[in-house]
Amino acid sequence: MRIRATLRSGRIEVRVLIAHPMETGLRKDEAGNPIPAWYITDVTARVNDRIVMKTAWGTAVSKDPLLVFHVLGGAVGDRVTVDWIDNRGDRRTDEATVVAPASP
Amino acid sequence: MTRGTAVAATAIRIAAVLPGLAWPAAPAAPSTHEAIEDYRARIADDNPAELAVAKGASLWREARGPRGASLGRCDLGLGPGIVAGAAARLPRWFADTGAVMDLEARIVHCMTTLQGFDRETLIAKPFAGAAEPTTDIEAIAAFVVDAARGATIDVPQERPEEVAAYRRGRALFHYRAGPYDFSCASCHGSAGHRIRLQELPDLSRPGPTARATYATWPAYRVSQGALRTLEWRLADCFRQQRWPRLRYLSPVAIDLATFLGVNANGGTMDAPGLKR
Repeated sequence: MRIRATLRSGRIEVRVLIAHPMETGLRKDEAGNPIPAWYITDVTARVNDRIVMKTAWGTAVSKDPLLVFHVLGGAVGDRVTVDWIDNRGDRRTDEATVVAPASP
Repeated sequence: MTRGTAVAATAIRIAAVLPGLAWPAAPAAPSTHEAIEDYRARIADDNPAELAVAKGASLWREARGPRGASLGRCDLGLGPGIVAGAAARLPRWFADTGAVMDLEARIVHCMTTLQGFDRETLIAKPFAGAAEPTTDIEAIAAFVVDAARGATIDVPQERPEEVAAYRRGRALFHYRAGPYDFSCASCHGSAGHRIRLQELPDLSRPGPTARATYATWPAYRVSQGALRTLEWRLADCFRQQRWPRLRYLSPVAIDLATFLGVNANGGTMDAPGLKR
C-alpha cells in the first residue's frame, strides 16, 4: 500500500494505492479453471488513531485500486493509518504522515 | 474514490452540456483522439506501476537466490550498482558477455550470475498470467526504468555489434511473414493510422512517436491490470501477426528492441508508463 497524505485548504487529501488482485470469482485462468474470488471487504482509515472512515468493498472495485478521500481539519504531522481486510482474512496496515503540498 | 468513478465524472459532464443541445449552438463533440486523450488523462492519476516499482526496489536490495546475494553489484552498463539512468542507454553491448543485451536480458544475467538463479527457470515464465502477481523480472524492470525517468534516451551505436543489432532489427521490422503476410511495419511503418480506436505509432524511423513510445515502456496496462515489459509488447505483436512465438531474450527480441531504442534516441524516459 502506498499512502500520500497532503494538507490542502484546511483538509487532508489522502491518496491510497493498494496492491490487491480483487478477483471477482467469475474469471477463468489460462487452463480454463475458475479463479477463486479474492477481494477486499473492509477498509478503515484513521487519523491519529481516530477512525475517520470505514468502507465495505466488494468485487466491483478494480484490481490495484486507488482510494482518494478528504478529511476536514488536520495538520501537518498528523498520522494517517489505513488498513484493509479481504475475504480470505488477509489484512494489511500502512501509515503515512501528513505533509504540506510541494511548492509548485 | 476508485478508478470506476471516472464514469460518474463523465456522466456529470454530459449533464452539464445538455442545456447546450439546442442545435446548432451545441459545442462540437470531442474528436476520437481528444476523447482518448481525455481518458488517458483520467487514468493517469496514481499509476499502479508504482506498486511494481516498490516490489522491484525491494527485490533489488534483498539478498536472494542460492547465493544469497542482492543485485547491488549488478552492472546495467553504467558500472556495478549504478541504476539511475541506466535504462535510457539500453540495449547495449556488454564486454562480460560479449553480446548486445536489453534491459530484461541484463536483469536475468545479473539474477543468474550474482544470485545464482537458474536461467531456464527464470525465463520459462517471464510474464505474469491472469490473476498472477507481477513476476520478479517485471518488477525489477519497473524499478530500473523508474530510476531512469527524465533521462535522455541514448542507445549506443558505437560498437560494430550494436550497429549490427540495429541493422538486423530494422530488417526484422520490415520482414513480412506468417499467414497474414504481416511485418511490424504493416502497422507501425507510417504515420496517421489506427486500429479501431487505437492510434498506431510510426516506429519505423526516428521521430516524436518513436521517442514517446519507447520512453513509456515498460508500462501498466489498465485493460490487463498488469505491468508489461517491452519484450512482452514485442511478443504480443508477434502473436497478433500470427507469427511463431517470440523466444524471450532471443537475438530477435533484442535486435528489435535495439532498433526501437535507437529510433527513440533524444527522447526523455517516462516509464513505467500507463497504457489503456
